[in-house]
Amino acid sequence: MTRAAVAATADARTVRLRHLTKQFGPVRAVDDLTIDVLPGRVTGFLGPNGAGKTTTLRMLLGLVRPTSGTATIGDVPYGRLRRPATVVGAALEASSFHPGRTGLDHLRVYAPQAGVGDARAREVLDLVGLGPAGGRRVGGYSLGMRQRLALATTLLGDPPVLLLDEPSNGLDPEGIAWLRGFLRALAAEGRTVLVSSHVLSEVQQTVDDVVVIARGRLVHASSLDDLARLARPRVRASSPDGARLADLVARSGWTTAGPPARAADGALTVEVHDVPPAVVGAAAFAAGVELHELAGVGAGLEQLFLDLVDRPADVAGGAA
Amino acid sequence: MGAALRTEYRKVVTTRLWWVLLLVMVLYMAFLSAVMAWAVTQGAGAPAGGPGGPGGAGTGVDAVRSVYTIAVTFGYAFPLVVGTLAVTTEYRHRTITPTLLLEPRRDVVLAAKLAAGGVMGVLFGVVGTVAAAGAGALVLALLGEPTGLDEASTWGVLARSALALAVWAVVGVGLGTVLTNQVAAVVVILAFTQFLEPVLRLVLGLTSWGQDVSRYLPGAAGEAISGGSFYSDAAGVPLLPAWQGLLVLVGYALVLAALGRVTTLRRDVG
Repeated sequence: MTRAAVAATADARTVRLRHLTKQFGPVRAVDDLTIDVLPGRVTGFLGPNGAGKTTTLRMLLGLVRPTSGTATIGDVPYGRLRRPATVVGAALEASSFHPGRTGLDHLRVYAPQAGVGDARAREVLDLVGLGPAGGRRVGGYSLGMRQRLALATTLLGDPPVLLLDEPSNGLDPEGIAWLRGFLRALAAEGRTVLVSSHVLSEVQQTVDDVVVIARGRLVHASSLDDLARLARPRVRASSPDGARLADLVARSGWTTAGPPARAADGALTVEVHDVPPAVVGAAAFAAGVELHELAGVGAGLEQLFLDLVDRPADVAGGAA
Repeated sequence: MGAALRTEYRKVVTTRLWWVLLLVMVLYMAFLSAVMAWAVTQGAGAPAGGPGGPGGAGTGVDAVRSVYTIAVTFGYAFPLVVGTLAVTTEYRHRTITPTLLLEPRRDVVLAAKLAAGGVMGVLFGVVGTVAAAGAGALVLALLGEPTGLDEASTWGVLARSALALAVWAVVGVGLGTVLTNQVAAVVVILAFTQFLEPVLRLVLGLTSWGQDVSRYLPGAAGEAISGGSFYSDAAGVPLLPAWQGLLVLVGYALVLAALGRVTTLRRDVG
């Protein structure tokens, strides 16, 4: 009984896209997206610029009509939510402000529709660290302050679902670190938090799950851990005797990542996949190849991300 | 709907434009009315020398009324602009996105904007009419002329003047939903109210069928609500009865709003 109740609440926070598609003239901006975004987790919604992230969010929020498919929050389309600000907080762009309005007044404008009073407006301003700037006109705000104000607006109605489009744009490193902790805390409270970004590294330390789209299509959806497992570690090795190193790589059957870098004096630097540095070192030692560099190169998560979003380009003939 | 109304009201009063426009309107109307009041007492105010149309502004109460309702004749662009900006600023500053996020029912958004426009319109109507009638009556009193303020019918004219201006603000909201580009909307308003309609009414006034048409122009309908009219006196064209003028002007507002509903407010917001 209790379990069922819990499941029902959790479900009310689940964002669900089913075969969501949007055609703009000849361009299929979003193509058959089917995704579940779960409560209690921060989900990164990733893809290069123009991948269809914003259009997807706008369809989910009832601003753009899908060509086909559905988008729901707890099985209810956004347009049918009563008092949506108490269910979903969404920030789509950091520029949706009247420059002549103060930060506090911006929040007061929307407070009636979120069903809250001025006290809550001040509270969310403080929450995002804008309290002292609340009386200033938004026209004088920096991009980072506008991002914070946009975030404050989403929090007005204390919604269980938060959808944030590129929320760290314009934030300084300190602001990004703050945002990270803030979003983690919101998810820890059981909220559904979706954060879009065009750079994986920007949200890598924030998200639990990743959804990657490219050219409107889903190319990957998993937990961040599962994505990381897909990342192929690389080893960089360089030797003054380039010919012998190249020979060793060929004989060992290692796959190289990108073309080797040849120096004028015959030195060679190669990167190989799927082999631990120790194995490369041992093989070089056994073969008597002098190594001047031997290093494991990152987890390659960003590279994996780029590979994921580039892959359809090969099929589509490089539309970008 | 109540929440949407409060939101729309707060949108207007949290920016500076509304009181700047109101202040300009007060000064402009007071000035025009003072000048007109002086002119009618000099007998020079007789654009009404015109071909003896009924209601021609000679002297007396009719002349006084065309002074007091000067806001409806020359000042209606102010509530019209205020109503229009309530919509166009949303598109200019892209606040239409949060607006539709907090109230996805677009009919409700439109209805709230029309209603809030009406409320602002009442403010502009009352203040604009008071400015015009106040300055006009002051000049008349100083010149020792009758002000007509002791007649109940004059107060009726003043009330209808405020009503006409209020409806103009609602027309503005409708116009804004059709023409969301702020610059284009303001240019169209100025061109139409300051040039096109006055010229049309004078030209149409030359023929009898033209007179019939010109009475249904929005400016003429607005003047019909209040009663007194500079242009209709000048052209010697009788206005519609007040209640018909009200129906016509409200009709303009509703047609524009309906047009905006099926165009602008149907579109994707991206």
